[in-house]
Formats: sequence, structure tokens, C-alpha cells
Amino acid sequence: NSHNSSGGSTLLGYIGIDTIIEQMRKKTMKTGFDFNIMVVGHSGLGKSTLVNTLFKSHVSRKSAGWARDEKIPKTVEIKAVSHVIEEGGVKMKLTVVDTPGFGDQINNDNCWEPISKYINEQYEKFLKEEVNITRKKRIPDTRVHCCIYFISPTGHFLRQLDTEFMKRLSHSVNIIPVIAKADTMTLEERQEFKQRVRKELEVSGIEFYPQKEFDEDMEDKSDNDKIREAMPFAVVGSDKEYQVNGKRVLGRKTAWGIVEVENPNHCEFAQLRDFLIRSHLQDLKEVTHNIHYETYRAKRLNENGGLRDEPALPLTLYRLLF
Amino acid sequence: AAEMRIAKMEGEGARAVPLAGHVGFDSMPDQLVNKSVNHGFCFNILCVGETGLGKSTLMDTLFNTKFEGEPTQHNQPGVTLKSNTYELQESNVRLKLTVVNTVGFGDQINKEDSYKSIVEFIDAQFEAYLQEELKIKRTLHSYHDTRIHACLYFIAPTGHSLKSLDLVTMKKLDSKVNIIPIIAKSDAISKSELAKFKIKITSELVSNGVQIYQFPTDDESVAEINSTMNSHLPFAVVGSTEEVKIGNKMVKARQYPWGTVQVENENHCDFVKLREMLIRVNMEDLREQTHTRHYELYRRCKLEEMGFKDTDPDSKPFSLQETYEAKRNEFMGELQKKEEEMRQMFVQRVKEKEAELKEAEKELHEKFDRLKKLHQDEKKKLEEKKKSLDDELNTFKQKKTAAELLQNQAQQAGGSTTLKRDKERKK
Repeated sequence: NSHNSSGGSTLLGYIGIDTIIEQMRKKTMKTGFDFNIMVVGHSGLGKSTLVNTLFKSHVSRKSAGWARDEKIPKTVEIKAVSHVIEEGGVKMKLTVVDTPGFGDQINNDNCWEPISKYINEQYEKFLKEEVNITRKKRIPDTRVHCCIYFISPTGHFLRQLDTEFMKRLSHSVNIIPVIAKADTMTLEERQEFKQRVRKELEVSGIEFYPQKEFDEDMEDKSDNDKIREAMPFAVVGSDKEYQVNGKRVLGRKTAWGIVEVENPNHCEFAQLRDFLIRSHLQDLKEVTHNIHYETYRAKRLNENGGLRDEPALPLTLYRLLF
Repeated sequence: AAEMRIAKMEGEGARAVPLAGHVGFDSMPDQLVNKSVNHGFCFNILCVGETGLGKSTLMDTLFNTKFEGEPTQHNQPGVTLKSNTYELQESNVRLKLTVVNTVGFGDQINKEDSYKSIVEFIDAQFEAYLQEELKIKRTLHSYHDTRIHACLYFIAPTGHSLKSLDLVTMKKLDSKVNIIPIIAKSDAISKSELAKFKIKITSELVSNGVQIYQFPTDDESVAEINSTMNSHLPFAVVGSTEEVKIGNKMVKARQYPWGTVQVENENHCDFVKLREMLIRVNMEDLREQTHTRHYELYRRCKLEEMGFKDTDPDSKPFSLQETYEAKRNEFMGELQKKEEEMRQMFVQRVKEKEAELKEAEKELHEKFDRLKKLHQDEKKKLEEKKKSLDDELNTFKQKKTAAELLQNQAQQAGGSTTLKRDKERKK
């Protein structure tokens, strides 16, 4: 059987190939999307508030401070809660994975382990489905697409726990570091802190999302470079609305003024939201699927097969048997 | 319908919550589509039909282009498949189109095996994808998908019924590929005959249990047009890349002395319908069906053939891995057995050779002994002969000595005179 490939053929009239975009869009809207976001950071950094602000709804339950009868968990717990939200005909199953107890103990050794375990368990679940003989039409995706890491706004340096966590997890999940409760710092303090944090991240070799090595082309690279320069975003979250200049805005009221969450002059929340949701939502999923998941899978298969240099054990067995 | 969809998702354990403002994830489909556009699309069409039914012309007409191809040789012994890939672009959409043609289909006297090369080809594309999917380090994201998304089956415009070759072939292909049957060169049939022909074909397909591709009717936006189109199957098409002036427009047509058949005139043929369905409405669905239905079926059968089974969900994850570990051990066992056998054989051979050599050695020794004996015998004989000769010689010598002695004595008596005489002579 012969095959040959020619270059472009000149078209003499409209065919309708470009309708595939519409066809594809319709299909994806019909099936809907899954998105799984994890928040990590010690208590009191406003994790739940930020997620609720991002998705403009109560998708994350706020712990109402440390009530007398509410105990800090002894170990890091993993709590995943799903909600369905719809906008413009697009429906999304959003799962927020909370990690109460992280960084809250006196001794926080290895407190990243339950988190790492959870992330790998989701990859394992997916892999198990994928290797079935009879597979589901759509494998349910519980893999963590994005992990927002909350940096405490100390104004000085990253804590050792921060670098330890990010170093270990940045190779198995997309990590987006944010500076929490940015309204405790002035703009100058913020800039200095940011630069110090970024330098430390660079020195520690932490590749946060969007990772340089996964930029697909020049356009990607230039877009992502801009984002990387501005990260980590200094954010403020709120689910309360106030009247400012005749408009209802989300904000935090203080005696000296109202911090407007979506005002780019006040904090970088809007930038984070646009980046996370309006431009890179699909990319977060793709990097998780095409890179992090594939890395996990390859490692897993190598473990079981034991032969590191073979292209694929099933493949060679295949060839031998047939 | 939106509520229904939310309800379905809720059923998966998630409550619906309202949004207090614009979040922005409604751009998700755009984000996904943009990524796909950047990546480019693949579409692979297989044209099955006898020689001369206008397969190449139809492809040229559908895609509004002259696909450069060498005119195919029609003197092959069997059915071969020739595939060509083209890069087309329309606005920002890049399409890698592969057109596969069956060469020699229906040309043979005995067509029993005609369908085989087609089935093998389709399976080979599934196989390639499966092998990539099974790799440890795989690049599915950038894999050039060669699986056939649509099979256009060209029916000869006899006006009567399907040929048995058609039925047999379509039956073999219907579980492997989306089949869209079309009546080729339909300008050879009159309108009234065409209606009867279509009915006959449809009923023959149904009575033989051939599953042809149904345009999907579950999405409201396309349900209506798709179900209408389903009722027009099989499409009666005419292809042409020649243009003829009709009125003040240049249209694709075939010009006859009695009139002109316009390809894009829906009263003349179903070409427009085919193009609508194949490209403008259902291209994505054809790709999806190929992946989620036909490929999954192939994969399942292939893996089951190899002896893999799904284990229950509570057991260790890798059912695939486990089973082939077992197979691997089995295989290693076989290898060891073979090795043992070879070793045995080797030992055997060595023994045999050794025995052979020993035999030879023995023979040599015997020969040597024989020769030695012979030699000794000869020597003995010779010695005896020598002895007898020596004896003779001795005897002779004795006789000679005796004779000489006698002679001397005789000479002594009358021999002194001789001596005197000799002495006197010497004086």
C-alpha cells in the first residue's frame, strides 16, 4: 500500500472546513467541563474566600475562624467538594480541594505528603480507568488541574515550608503561588516582597505554572513571559459588596477606606482571575493531562515492567505474540 | 436542555450553585477550540468502489481542488490502497486531509478476497494508534491520526440493486468504520429510477444487517437537518471539476448535448447534501465516532485476543500489567524450555560426534595393527629368504674353498714345474 504526502493544495472556492470549529464548540458545550482546583496554605490566609471570589459563588466553605469547639486537624486533611456552575450555556463541574491543617502544626515535617498522595491517587484512578479493556466513553477526571499556593504576606522572605512544598510538588501538579491578604502591605512593600519571592523561587529552581519548558511557540512564550514577570499575584478576596462611586463592587471595608477586590490599582485579583479562568483554564487542564499525568503514567509503567529501556513491554510482547 | 445537563452533572455528586456575577469561564469552549486550531485537525476519508466510478473526481469536487496524483495503474493483481495526504487551509483552520483510494477493487475475476486488503488497512491504522497508546513514553498529543473517519462506498449506478460484492464488503466494514454509501455517476439514472434504486438499496442494506453511518440527531441544533438527510441516503452524486457557464455564473457541471448536469444544483443531484453532511455539519462527529466507538471496539477485541481481562475494581490497578506479567513469565518459561532443548540437542550432538571420532580412531588403530603385522610378516619372509640365500652362499663358498684346495693340491704335485717354468720365464 503506498502513501505520499504533498504540500498545500490550492483551494478554488469555499469548502466549509472551517465549520469544524463550530462543530467542536457545540460538542464541548454539550458535554461540559470538569475543573479541579486545590488550595494550599496555612489557616487564616483567606483561601476559601479567594476561591469564592474567583468563582463568584459559595463553592468553598469558609471555616468561621477557630471556633472554640472547632479543632485544628492533627494532620493535613484533604476535603474535596464539587459544585456545578453554569455561565453562558457552558456548564462546569468545579471541585475545590481544601487542605486544612497544612502548616498549622508545631512540627510541620512532611505535611506535604498527604497532598502529594492525594494528587497521585487521582492520577492512579485515571490510569486505572484508561487501562481497562472496556472503557467508559468519558473517563471522570478528578486530577488536580491547578494548585494555588498561598504565601503569607510577611513582607520578608518565603518560609522554608513554602519552598519545600513547592519544590516537591511543582513536578507533579501546576502550582500557582499567590501572595495572600495583600492589603496588609503597601504597594512598595508588595513590589519588594514580590521580587524577593520571585528571586527565591528562581534560586530554588521552582517551576511554577506557566512553566517555561511547556511554552508551545513564540506567541505562547511572549504571553506567558508577561504573566511570569507579574507573578506571584498579590491578591485580596472578598464576598461582600459595597457601594463605591455609584457602583456595587466586591471589597473589604476598613476604617481608612474600601479595598476594591477587582480594582487593578488596589490588588492583582483581576489579573489572577483573567489569567486563571479567562485565558489559561483549558491550558491548565492540558498541561495536567499531557505532561503531569503522562509523567506519572510512564513512571508507573516502568515500575511494574521493570525494564527501563524497553519502549513498551506490552508492545514487545505484542510483537512477539503476533 | 440546559437544566437537564446540570441535573445530570448533579447526579454525579455535585450541587448546582448560582453565580453572583460574571466569572468568565464561558470562554472555555473558545479556549479549547483555539488550542485545537493551533494544533490543526486531521480528517481521513477512504473511498471504496470499482474502477471508473469517479472516486478521484468526487474528491476533487468536494474539496474544490485538483489533488495532484499520478493516474493510478489498473493492472495490479489484487486490491491495493493508495493514500495521499494534503494540507488544506481555510481562514485559520488547518486541515490535514488524507484520501485513501482502493485501486483495483472489483477488477478481478474472483473477488472473494477483495475486501481483505481494505479491512487490513483499516485495522493497521487502529493498530498503529493502539501501539502508540500502549507505549510507556508516548506522545498522543502530537500523534498524526491516520484512522479512517469516513468511508465513502461508491455504488455503481446500475439502477437495479446492490452487487453482492457491495453487500459483502460493507458488511465486513460496518463495525470498523463509518460507512456512507453513495450512488456514483448518478447522472446515468433517471429521476424516477433513482427513487426506486434508493429504496431498493436501503432495503437490501437493512435486510442484510449492514450498519451504515447515521447522522446524529441528539443535538437539537442539528437534529432536524440530520434526520432529513438520513432519509435521503444513499446520496446520488455527480462529480466534476469542469466549469460551464450557466446564466452569468461559472458552475461545476457536466455538459451533454441534451443538457447540463450542475453538480451543485440540488435538483440535479445530492452533491450539496453530501458536502453539507460530510464536512460542514458532521465532520467532528465522524471523528468522535471513529475514536469512541470503532477504535474502542478494535482495542477491546485485540486486547481480549491477547488474553487480557478486566479484573474487578477492588483488585490491584493494572489489570493489563498483571496479565502481561503473567504472559511474560509464561513466555520466559517457554524461552527457558527452548534453551534447555537446544542444550540437550547440543549435548547429544557432541556425544554422537565423539562416538564417531572414537570409531574412526579404532579403525585407524586396527588398520595400523594390520599394516604392522603385514610388515612383520614380510620382514620375516625376507629374513628367511635372506637366510636361505646366505646358506646357499656359505655352501657355495665352502664348495669353492674345497675346490680351490683340491686345485692347489693338484698343482703342488705337478705344479712346481709350473712354478719353475713361471720363475724361469720371469727370469
